[in-house]
Amino acid sequence: MSKIFRSNEALVAVTIVLLSLVIGLNNPTFFSVGNLFDLLRSSIVIGIFAMGVLIVIISGGIDVSFTAIGVFALYSTTRILKEFMPDAPIWVAFMIAAAIGLGLGMINAFFIARFKLPTLIVTLGTLSMFHGFLLFAIGNQIIRDVPPAMDQFARSALVRIPLERGVANLHPAILITAAAALIVWLLLNFTMLGRGIYALGGSREAAERAGFNVPRIQYFIYSFVGLLSGVAGMTFGSLARQANPQDIVGMELNVIAAVVLGGAQLTGGRGTVIGTILGVLLVVIASNSLILIGVPAVWQRVVIGLIILIGTGLPAIQARRAAQGGMRSI
Amino acid sequence: MSDAIVRLSGIYKSFAGVKALQDVSLTIEQGRIHCLVGENGCGKSTLIKIIAGVYPRDSGSVVINGREYEDLHPIDSIREGIQIIYQDFSLFPNLTVAENIALNEELAAGRRFVNWRHVRKVAEEAIAQLEVHLPLDARVEEMSVANKQLIAIAKALRQNARLIVMDEPTSALTEREIRRLFTVIRRLRERSGIAFLFVSHKLNEVLEIAETITVMRNGQVVSSGSAEAYDTARLVFEMTGQRIAEKAYDYTPDLRSPALLRVEKLSVPGALHDVSFELRPHEIVGVTGLLGSGRTELALALFGLLPIASGQIYIDEKPVAIHSVQDAIQHGIGYVPEDRLTEGLFLEQSIGRNIVVRTIDRLRNRFGLIEPKQVAQQVNDWIVSLRIKVADPALPVKTLSGGNQQRVVVAKWLASNPRLMILNGPTMGVDVGSKNEIHELIKKLARDGMGLLVISDDIPELLQTCNRILLMRNGTIVEEILPRATNENELAAKLIED
Repeated sequence: MSKIFRSNEALVAVTIVLLSLVIGLNNPTFFSVGNLFDLLRSSIVIGIFAMGVLIVIISGGIDVSFTAIGVFALYSTTRILKEFMPDAPIWVAFMIAAAIGLGLGMINAFFIARFKLPTLIVTLGTLSMFHGFLLFAIGNQIIRDVPPAMDQFARSALVRIPLERGVANLHPAILITAAAALIVWLLLNFTMLGRGIYALGGSREAAERAGFNVPRIQYFIYSFVGLLSGVAGMTFGSLARQANPQDIVGMELNVIAAVVLGGAQLTGGRGTVIGTILGVLLVVIASNSLILIGVPAVWQRVVIGLIILIGTGLPAIQARRAAQGGMRSI
Repeated sequence: MSDAIVRLSGIYKSFAGVKALQDVSLTIEQGRIHCLVGENGCGKSTLIKIIAGVYPRDSGSVVINGREYEDLHPIDSIREGIQIIYQDFSLFPNLTVAENIALNEELAAGRRFVNWRHVRKVAEEAIAQLEVHLPLDARVEEMSVANKQLIAIAKALRQNARLIVMDEPTSALTEREIRRLFTVIRRLRERSGIAFLFVSHKLNEVLEIAETITVMRNGQVVSSGSAEAYDTARLVFEMTGQRIAEKAYDYTPDLRSPALLRVEKLSVPGALHDVSFELRPHEIVGVTGLLGSGRTELALALFGLLPIASGQIYIDEKPVAIHSVQDAIQHGIGYVPEDRLTEGLFLEQSIGRNIVVRTIDRLRNRFGLIEPKQVAQQVNDWIVSLRIKVADPALPVKTLSGGNQQRVVVAKWLASNPRLMILNGPTMGVDVGSKNEIHELIKKLARDGMGLLVISDDIPELLQTCNRILLMRNGTIVEEILPRATNENELAAKLIED
């Protein structure tokens, strides 16, 4: 039992509950269905991105280019739809975006697996490259009259609860996030590929000696993250009902923060899907709801920073204490 | 003929023109414990890598289980049941014990999905075969070195090992852990007929466990045969090509002279309890005991790394407070840590920089900038006076052998002119020749007036270098022993007594 409470997930969950109580006691609208649905809606895109980032971080790498991949996929897909198939259904849009994301992810994978370059360097480079190429070659104007399928999707609802004033909608795109989480969870825990990702993050040399095909694992990771990013980008655009080439890029650090808060370690080898979901919720609550208790918008970043410092600092200090205690008790 | 697992004959191997192995022949028989001894750089590691299929040989023949291999690849070697346990164990610190044991097997079976029940079963079987207790759900990073080693052995067993090669398996283990490892090895040999190739330079252990011994020197096998034919003197002679007779350090301190260090009733909760002793100039005092006896904690407390709860430390008979490493250095104390690789050296940095790192403040010119000429001068002086074998002081420290690395750590501390040196396991992982030279260095420092505290569980080392030995047990000093009044067996018995 005590072990459960010491786990990082429990710590994040407790923080979420405390933060919710503080906000909710000061402003009861926080506990309304409307606000809950809003929070979930805000978690959709960051949640999909976070699942990709989780895999990368567990493998001991880092990817900062996923936002550029997302916006690239979104904008290109919207243009393709408008030009060639204005009446295509929304799932076609997602397929195209996923394919574009996969393609861009494979570029990352190629540099990382083939040339053994540091992942941060490669993805920092491709972040600028993808975004720059998008603005230069594909377009830099905001597309507001999106194809009808996107428009429709934006207005659809999974659950519709009538309220005193208006209606509370839960957007079906939350299912995409849920599916991504489920797939990543199954992948990490029940496939040898997933265990290979943990093994690679634990010790690359040992993974090679054990017989894992490390380059192939890396090819998978970065391609898969590209695919997820393409889907996340498309989701973002369908929720916003526009394709703005300046959107999404800049979200990287928030997503990485959510994953790290959820217990994934930047040194690799550690992280869970549950933890990541909790990390995403914490970041979303902190950035969406603090305004409800009168924390000005500009302070939200400070608060998120504090949560990260405390959230990742406390377990580290605890771990060090435990190690010292162990040394003294021998 | 048929009961040999590995039969190497006439193996030659060179790297960029440097001959690493010359005409090496080695036969490892089924179910035998074979020890390969030799100094650092004698070719032991190269030979292992040839058996593992990691290095191709230049010429000679490799026969494994009766089958001749033209090109031996790592996968062939593994298929023939040869398992190499490297010093870093190749384990995954972030995964559980069970998964570490079973992962290779699952992978080799070509599974795509993980069956956790199967993983657990595999791990349980392997642990049962070793007859040891290991927490299967704990993460490997929480395990001690000794347990990691058992996990590595368990993993090897699951891959149908017929020969387990262990590279320096005891260098980081305590007496008791070594006993347990030896028990496990003997049991596996008897019940499962597994052969072991043990690479070591701890001669007393080699003599204890080996059934067959092969000695290498300068890339050649100098002798090989049944272990009964060897004793320490013969091993040392064959490893080094010379007879090394270490002279014990016999020194009787003048008890009226002021003590350099006096410790009174030093206590640290859970680690040290009422420790009192003194150390005079010219003295080499050994501190020994099992792991957990408080020997390392005593060093840490004296060096300001472990807060003292009660008791008093006197330097030159004046009470001093040592709360930090800075305080300790201020009072002229130097500390050579147990784990020189992580605590004593900046491995990626150059040899020269490692030597001057402690005294860099004194090498500044009047503009506050480092004076390269002075630095080079000082580095050179130390390299010459400690006889550190370097090709170029600009090379990273990690390129040096264990013995030379240890000398760099010592040089680093000597550069700051300490009056009192605490050496924790000064020759751990160092070969016989370098060990001897380090002992001579310690004695020379004492003759020149320094006081030294040598923390070690290497019994011959204590007897040969110290003029007094303090035996610790459960955090306190239980006995003071004079080396000339005891012998190896007696001291060993006292050490493991509870």
